[in-house]
Amino acid sequence: MGLDFFKQETFRDDYTFRNSPEAIRRFPFPFAEDSYMYSVNMEPHVAGPKGSVFEHMFDVDEHYLSEMRDRAMVLRDDPLRCQSLPHMTLAGWDLLELIMESKARDYPDWFELHKTGNRWTWINRPMEIEQTFTFLNESTLPHGPMEYITRQTQGDFTLQDQRDNNLWIDAGMVTTQADWSLDFDIGMGFHEWHAPVPHAHQMGVFDRALKFLLKLQLGAPVRRFNWTMTVDPILDTSPETYPKWGPSKATLTLDNIGHRQHLRVELQSLHRLPRSNAIAFPIRAYLIKFEELVTMPKWARRLHRVVRDVHPDLATYKGFLRNRDLMVQYLSQFDDGKPTSPGWWPEPE
Amino acid sequence: MSNGTARIPVTVAEVLEVNELIKRFRFVRTGGGHLPTFSGGSHVVVEMNDQGTRRLNPYSLMSDPADTSSYTISVRRDDMGRGGSLFMHRQVTPGMQMQIGPPVNLFPLDLRGRKHLMIAGGIGITPFMAMTAQLDARGERFELHYAARSRALGAYMDFLETRYGDRVHLYVDEEGQAIDLAGLLSRQPIGTHLYVCGPKPMLNWVLSTARKMGWPDGAVHSEEFLGAPVGKRFQVELAAAKKTITVEGNQSLLEAIEAAGVEAPYLCRGGACGQCETDVLHCDGHIEHNDHWLTAEQKASGTKIMTCVSRFEGKRLVVDR
Repeated sequence: MGLDFFKQETFRDDYTFRNSPEAIRRFPFPFAEDSYMYSVNMEPHVAGPKGSVFEHMFDVDEHYLSEMRDRAMVLRDDPLRCQSLPHMTLAGWDLLELIMESKARDYPDWFELHKTGNRWTWINRPMEIEQTFTFLNESTLPHGPMEYITRQTQGDFTLQDQRDNNLWIDAGMVTTQADWSLDFDIGMGFHEWHAPVPHAHQMGVFDRALKFLLKLQLGAPVRRFNWTMTVDPILDTSPETYPKWGPSKATLTLDNIGHRQHLRVELQSLHRLPRSNAIAFPIRAYLIKFEELVTMPKWARRLHRVVRDVHPDLATYKGFLRNRDLMVQYLSQFDDGKPTSPGWWPEPE
Repeated sequence: MSNGTARIPVTVAEVLEVNELIKRFRFVRTGGGHLPTFSGGSHVVVEMNDQGTRRLNPYSLMSDPADTSSYTISVRRDDMGRGGSLFMHRQVTPGMQMQIGPPVNLFPLDLRGRKHLMIAGGIGITPFMAMTAQLDARGERFELHYAARSRALGAYMDFLETRYGDRVHLYVDEEGQAIDLAGLLSRQPIGTHLYVCGPKPMLNWVLSTARKMGWPDGAVHSEEFLGAPVGKRFQVELAAAKKTITVEGNQSLLEAIEAAGVEAPYLCRGGACGQCETDVLHCDGHIEHNDHWLTAEQKASGTKIMTCVSRFEGKRLVVDR
């Protein structure tokens, strides 16, 4: 694909973000059945069908350049969105290597990586970057290794150090988050940063998830979905900027909800890193407008049922309880009560 | 994580007799190409076909993590063991094709350490060979104290001294040299992390001394891979698989489960990682708990068994596998 594949759009001010019909078709709809509750829903992060968001290790889609521009603006206004404690530099190099090797392998028209010993040259054609540097030598890059590569990669990233039978969130690049703060969470252990999640603790979800992740193996990444709701296509819904996006929840109407309400899906994956023994946690956010989503009849029926029946505590935690009735009212127009097929793949009718 | 884990096909590139007890093996990827990058302290599980018995033994990677053209392990011959080390010593020759698992690190460096203080006994030197190479390349501060029974058995002493000079300290038992542990620990700067790998008495000595001197648990790291001990033959009922199997004296319970064609999780096969923890549904007899994963209370309760190293003696044992 040529470079004209990438759209120029905004996630702020005039909100020109849209999904093309192809982007809608490949959207990672997170509900495999007509209801939702927390579970340890992890599966191997292996290559999926051609064209799907799982086709490659790190999906690059039509929003790439616009998302990277938005990230640069967030960092300009608040540099603390990217932090790395001193012992995490090696993990940053591990991440840089993983992303560069994956992208150069999976998207050879857009990315190239050339190595002569530790002398590496990285070419990112969409962003018009060519950088020669010395691997494992921080002074040869304009930013630390994690910041350097995640300024060129869609999705948020955290790096978890593993020690004392726990995972510690000791580094991250977080500008497209669903209302959580790296600056607040940095240095926390696994149960601490998950503390606000309702019900899951009592279900033992986090104990089991941590036990599983501590044994995560090299070369065997896993993935899971998470989801929430966002009014207007804003990537940066952070606690730090709540006054900018929070009040918009109070401005939805039946007339504008189809256009302004977005389902926000996070494709999260976990990768053991080779040199640092840390775990990389990419959190890739995908946005879709309700009016885009309902073009897939199966998804429309199912989202209606999930939103209608989800536990109020989850709707509160995910921040959409106040608009739940309005969402159900809008979505019910597209639910004729017919059964839906298992799995989340769309079925155009 | 289990039998489903991807294996790496390797070819034995070199076998070197280091001394009367230790042989060193170098593996390259069969068909060429690099092996996965690893971190100092990692081990791989080496798969052996010992006259029809499948053995899977963990060995620490001792080569420089920056060099992924090959992996090196050292194997100490255990004449009283189940046979894995004897197989490695007697049967494995250059050119042989084998399978290994991907590197797993249960003994990682704590990269917050301002200084890394390492204490090795005998063959316990192997993970530190990789760790020192990794720390040296990053310019990190470390100190290695290495004890062996005799100069001849102190594999790699010369190599380490040549490479790291006064950052390495050697102690030969039969020459009456011993680590002044209390003195050593009392001299360390704040932020030092302590690592120990070696025989059990040494481990206990170092860990208890450090604890008595007030070292925080989080700054003290140890690794002891137990070879699964030999014992008496016993029978086990596998409830889920609806099979009754016999565990031979020179076989571990995990190996017997695998030999019966039953999938069972594992990672370290040395009683350390917890992956093979299995519920005991019925126990009329005595479980020999040889792991250091289960708590003392769990061991006493007789409701769990680590299949990789623990055994049974008695009338009837039923496990959930």
